[in-house]
Amino acid sequence: MMEFFIDPNRCIGCQSCVQACSECDTHKGHSMIHLEYVDRATSVQTAPVVCMHCDQPTCAEVCPADAIKRTADGVVQTARKPRCIACSNCVLACPFGVPEVKVELKMMMKCDMCYDRTSVGKKPMCATVCPSQALFFGTREQLEQLRPRSTPVNQFQFGAQTITTKVNMLVPKTGKAEYIYVTAALNETTIGKEITLNILQEAYD
Amino acid sequence: MNLPIESIKAACWGTLVTIALAILIVFGSRNLAHFDAALVAYTFATLFAVFGITYRYAMWLQRPPTAMYFKRGWQVFMRPQHILRNVGVWFARVTQDFAFNTFIFKRGKTRWGAHWLIMWGCLIAIAITFPLVFGWVHFETLPGDMNWYRAYVFGFPIFSFPIHSLFGFMVFHGLVWAAILVIAGVMIAMRRRMRDHGAAAVQQFGEDILPLVLLFAISVTGLMLTASYTWMKGYAFDFLAILHALTVIFTLLWLPFGKFFHIFQRPAQLGVAFYQDVGEREAQAHCRRCNEPYASQMHVNDLIEVERQLGFRYELQNEAEHYQRICPRCRRSLLAIAQGRLWHG
Repeated sequence: MMEFFIDPNRCIGCQSCVQACSECDTHKGHSMIHLEYVDRATSVQTAPVVCMHCDQPTCAEVCPADAIKRTADGVVQTARKPRCIACSNCVLACPFGVPEVKVELKMMMKCDMCYDRTSVGKKPMCATVCPSQALFFGTREQLEQLRPRSTPVNQFQFGAQTITTKVNMLVPKTGKAEYIYVTAALNETTIGKEITLNILQEAYD
Repeated sequence: MNLPIESIKAACWGTLVTIALAILIVFGSRNLAHFDAALVAYTFATLFAVFGITYRYAMWLQRPPTAMYFKRGWQVFMRPQHILRNVGVWFARVTQDFAFNTFIFKRGKTRWGAHWLIMWGCLIAIAITFPLVFGWVHFETLPGDMNWYRAYVFGFPIFSFPIHSLFGFMVFHGLVWAAILVIAGVMIAMRRRMRDHGAAAVQQFGEDILPLVLLFAISVTGLMLTASYTWMKGYAFDFLAILHALTVIFTLLWLPFGKFFHIFQRPAQLGVAFYQDVGEREAQAHCRRCNEPYASQMHVNDLIEVERQLGFRYELQNEAEHYQRICPRCRRSLLAIAQGRLWHG
């Protein structure tokens, strides 16, 4: 079975995914992937953020118009156009910060894992073009072969809330982490920042 | 059997509104004096639809996020210092969003064309058929002049017009014009659904195709009735009348369950717009991580309450207090930082 695996650590910020995303037929012309500069002032680190397709999607639960639906195969679809009232509840509630509201269209849009492609066994546009394979779409066997040091997790901790997702994120096999504790990083800085500061510190010393 | 309290409340509302409509039918048709018995099946299908729509609407309003927006929407709209301005803005928004569908135009011109034609075709048809079916509107010839008709609304004479006039022709063929609009709209919508790869990937027969098929069936069978009595001396009229009735009744019965329910949900966008107006004017929430404003304080507080009601536990044991107080941009960064930390120890 083909699955989506993300390793933000491998992202080189080339923007290929951003361009490719807008070619997807289900949201053509609109790029739905976020390529985030994690802390632009002090680090070159970038991270691609796609919809993680939660088992219990907060965005859908807080939608007053009941406009966000999850397919039988676990893909959380973008808002249904006749229903969405552009209230932004989903934008503010998504723990991963994924949905966007297009104010002029009175509509929320989000990554739907290129449903026109993945529902017929093709890769999503972003994973097709990602040169560093930070965005990888394939089987677990392929992943094991390509990334023997990585293991996928699909549980994320936000305060007391655990969110399980269809999309996996890669963590080191040696660490034996069963989940990613996102809110524990609230006061953490990027790795790049740490290195920069160390260099500066050494220079001062 | 223990029914949830939400279902009982919704069923009560459904029953109440259905009874209210039944009473209005009796009074409006002057104790059924102007009620056309041949249309009784339409009446009962409508009463069922009204029950179903009210039931679903009441259930929908009881969902925590909908209930919150419904309450807040009315609160901000009715604020005494803004009520006059709000009424003016309400009319402007209804014209812009509902009469002209400007937001759909921005989504796509063919999508807009299809929706606008179907919407106005249906509105004209509804405005003509429901009052006629309920006996609220009827026509009589003027005493002593068989060439003039007088229109009665709720049994009161409203206006008269010559039968053989352009006005008479337009009025008596109102459903024909409505059918032409609907068929044109359905054609455009169907073409898009057959050719657009994106639409093809996510559309479902019951949700997206069936409504178009039903609207097309109603319109075509309706036009066939006109063709039968105008040019074919009433050929197969009885059969066509039953066929047309079946298509209409099926649509009425299906109204509460499918895509057409968005007609009743959509006005919520007006309440949301007033909520956002107030949100922009009042205090903004600043992200507890980057300190940038990202939403209205009212919205963030309301959402925290909604999430609590839904059973989410995004509370934090630090100065941020709740994950909702972190802006979406910081959330995206945090995910990368948390994952990166696992790799770099």
